[in-house]
Amino acid sequence: MAAYELIDHDYDVVVVGAGGAGLRATLGMAEQGLRTACVTKVFPTRSHTVAAQGGIAASLGNMGPDNWKWHMYDTIKGSDWLGDNDTIEYVTREAPRAVYELEHYGVPFSRTEEGKIYQRPFGGHTSEFGEGPATSRACAAADRTGHAMLHTLYGQSLKHNAEFYIEYFALDLIMSDSGACEGIIAWKLDDGTMHRFNAKMVVLATGGAGRTYFSATSAHTCTGDGGGMVIRAGLPLQDMEFVQFHPTGIYGAGMLITEGVRGEGGYLTNSEGERFMERYAPTYKDLASRDVVSRCMTLEIREGRGVGPKKDHIYLNLSHLPPEVIHERLPGIAESARIFAGVDVTREPIPVLPTCHYNMGGIPTNYWGEVLNPTKDDPDAVVPGLMAAGESASASLHGANRLGTNSLLDLVVMGRATSIRAGEVIDRKAPCPEPDQAKSDAILERFDRIRNASGSYATADLRLEMQHTMQNDAAVFRTQQSLADGCTAIKAVWDKLSDVKVTDRSLIWNSDLMETLELENLMANAMTIMYGAEARKESRGAQAREDFPDRDDKNWRKHTLATVDPSGAVSLTYRPVHVDPLTTFKEGGIDVKKIAPKVRVY
Amino acid sequence: MVQLTLPKNSRMTTGKTWPAPEGATNVRKVKIYRWSPDEEKNPSVDTYFVDMDHCGPMVLDVLIKIKNEIDPTLTFRRSCREGICGSCAMNIDGINTLACIYGTDEIKGDIKIYPLPHMPVVKDLIPDLTHFYAQHASIMPWLETKTNRPAEEWRQSIEDRSKLDGLYECVMCASCSTACPSYWWNSDRYLGPAALLHAYRWIIDSRDEATGERLDDLEDPFKLYRCHTIMNCAKTCPKGLNPAKAIAEIKKMMVERTI
Repeated sequence: MAAYELIDHDYDVVVVGAGGAGLRATLGMAEQGLRTACVTKVFPTRSHTVAAQGGIAASLGNMGPDNWKWHMYDTIKGSDWLGDNDTIEYVTREAPRAVYELEHYGVPFSRTEEGKIYQRPFGGHTSEFGEGPATSRACAAADRTGHAMLHTLYGQSLKHNAEFYIEYFALDLIMSDSGACEGIIAWKLDDGTMHRFNAKMVVLATGGAGRTYFSATSAHTCTGDGGGMVIRAGLPLQDMEFVQFHPTGIYGAGMLITEGVRGEGGYLTNSEGERFMERYAPTYKDLASRDVVSRCMTLEIREGRGVGPKKDHIYLNLSHLPPEVIHERLPGIAESARIFAGVDVTREPIPVLPTCHYNMGGIPTNYWGEVLNPTKDDPDAVVPGLMAAGESASASLHGANRLGTNSLLDLVVMGRATSIRAGEVIDRKAPCPEPDQAKSDAILERFDRIRNASGSYATADLRLEMQHTMQNDAAVFRTQQSLADGCTAIKAVWDKLSDVKVTDRSLIWNSDLMETLELENLMANAMTIMYGAEARKESRGAQAREDFPDRDDKNWRKHTLATVDPSGAVSLTYRPVHVDPLTTFKEGGIDVKKIAPKVRVY
Repeated sequence: MVQLTLPKNSRMTTGKTWPAPEGATNVRKVKIYRWSPDEEKNPSVDTYFVDMDHCGPMVLDVLIKIKNEIDPTLTFRRSCREGICGSCAMNIDGINTLACIYGTDEIKGDIKIYPLPHMPVVKDLIPDLTHFYAQHASIMPWLETKTNRPAEEWRQSIEDRSKLDGLYECVMCASCSTACPSYWWNSDRYLGPAALLHAYRWIIDSRDEATGERLDDLEDPFKLYRCHTIMNCAKTCPKGLNPAKAIAEIKKMMVERTI
């Protein structure tokens, strides 16, 4: 192996990732005086939080009555009763405070006539515990909420002099023999040096793994790096089979068109011009939750009512909206539709198709963001020194299906939660963990092996094979046949990874090597998605099995935990869902009768 | 003494010409700037041929196709591929813009791609933006308030909020600053259009209570006043923003507060 010199850094906390969750965690740590480094492979404002459009959920009640308990109920129902109710209570209760905090940081929210934060309706957000009309809960900055939030959080981090390590690619976690995380090793792209961050706490905020699929709204950089690192550390990923397909990705190109379009009054039509969602979801129509709408669209296309020459997509209509509404509240998607679909939204509908959008699953954590490694005796056993937040984590706020606008909320509330918990558990006076040379060498050996890989398969070809496999066999509707085939096919890709070919051997900005390292991370995610889906013999949230069309609470109201060993053998175990909320009805919490599992109708 | 030629180590050479795809009928010639810090060679321009019948419509699609299928060593930044993250800013057909939203159909003849001008190059199409980011950080890009924070949100009228339109949408791609001749000559001290656009975004925010300090900080012969209204920034901005107008507004406020 070539000699790689390690440059050591000692910190109380190292946050990996600088999207919404990573920045909010970094900010919270720095505010408390914890010595904190934020290590990120892209400049913070390039993180994929920037692409979030529609809003962030909070029961502010600026447009009409609202209540955090209604929000809690909607999130539980949205999760198809797979979310952890303690987490859901924590996040929905904290939501208004989190949004006011963002506003105080400077987020340029759109405004009401009274000068308050503007809120719009969004899918699955209702009133009166699902009995009342849709509620306006999505706090929006036009249709660029994620961009506004991310830039503002980055500015706040600057104000608090947070220390950034930008364009450093995290390779792996340094795990002690006793199973604690003691730091990470990262590769600095612009000069090729290797850095070891020794830390009392590592927070993974690395985002989703959307690029496991061929057509995704996710950025090229959404490669599930945290999941890859966790799997290589022998730890499990949770509920990975639940992959959200957003109803309205632009047909062909895959860019996101926000659900906010439907929140503002847009609707979907089939080839007969029928507003078909009225048939499937008589109450909330186009504002049913995302898994439901994506399935209905897929059914319409299957039954021959798709639009276009191949009858393979659906129209999203908004030309009936007043031009000033489009101009003021939906300017970004008007621009995207023009550029990527050649459509003038004031005159024509946008061609759309359900598109891979979000991973509900991820690194299992409790509602403080501490990573779990469940044992037989303790399904909530914590991994010392390791936390996770945001899309890379599974807290589990979203269960089997996420409601729109709950992801931005997840980022800031859970990012902050990690910093609160870290402030409690970190011994500031203790020295940093002593770097473990043998463990570090093993990480560098893997890096060197991949850097010099001279096998038969190009990275881009293997990535494409993985993406097509996921797209074909683990999409909106799944069957035993498709998933069994998918397991064989994705395992075949895993086996080819050891025969990959990297062309660029340099150390400075070697993006060929970086894409190969990312492919290994993606594959860890893909394996857990496919095997988890094959094993789960029921339909719940985003997992729609044609052979098991019903939800089976008796056998399957439980979280999947998947590990992958180096040979590609996937092991599945399960842990119970947290059904108890944080507070009782008497203490002011939700009435548990309201959140008992029932048939999910919108 | 004014230097009128490029320094020796910056002079371009002719690079490699890669073979054209066989059997393709709709082929375009793509010429791309290459430079690697690992090789002691001058920058060169490589020539590629891309089968446009099997390629997406944007310049970024062309770059990704080349990287995936022809030359994996080609290096560029990219992320969102929808014009919101600002990663893939480069000089395309003589224009600073985002590769992901610039259609190849807008280019006549060969597609010529260079890194953003007048920035140190790290590798191929990747410029070093460290100084650009430091300038953005210097304008205090956060809300400064002095009165006690309300329990809920700061109130802001729809009209006051609309003053942020055309400002907050900046994606920090650096297309504007690197298109500005004033910035080329004085980027060590002139903040450039992007940072000044951000400065104005906070100055004009009705919630901010540090307008005086913000203006004081810009009251400097170089930071602000090296803008000579050349307007390249507004012309090139891939998001359709107008940094020159923001700068003019700051200058106006400077004058107004002295009378």
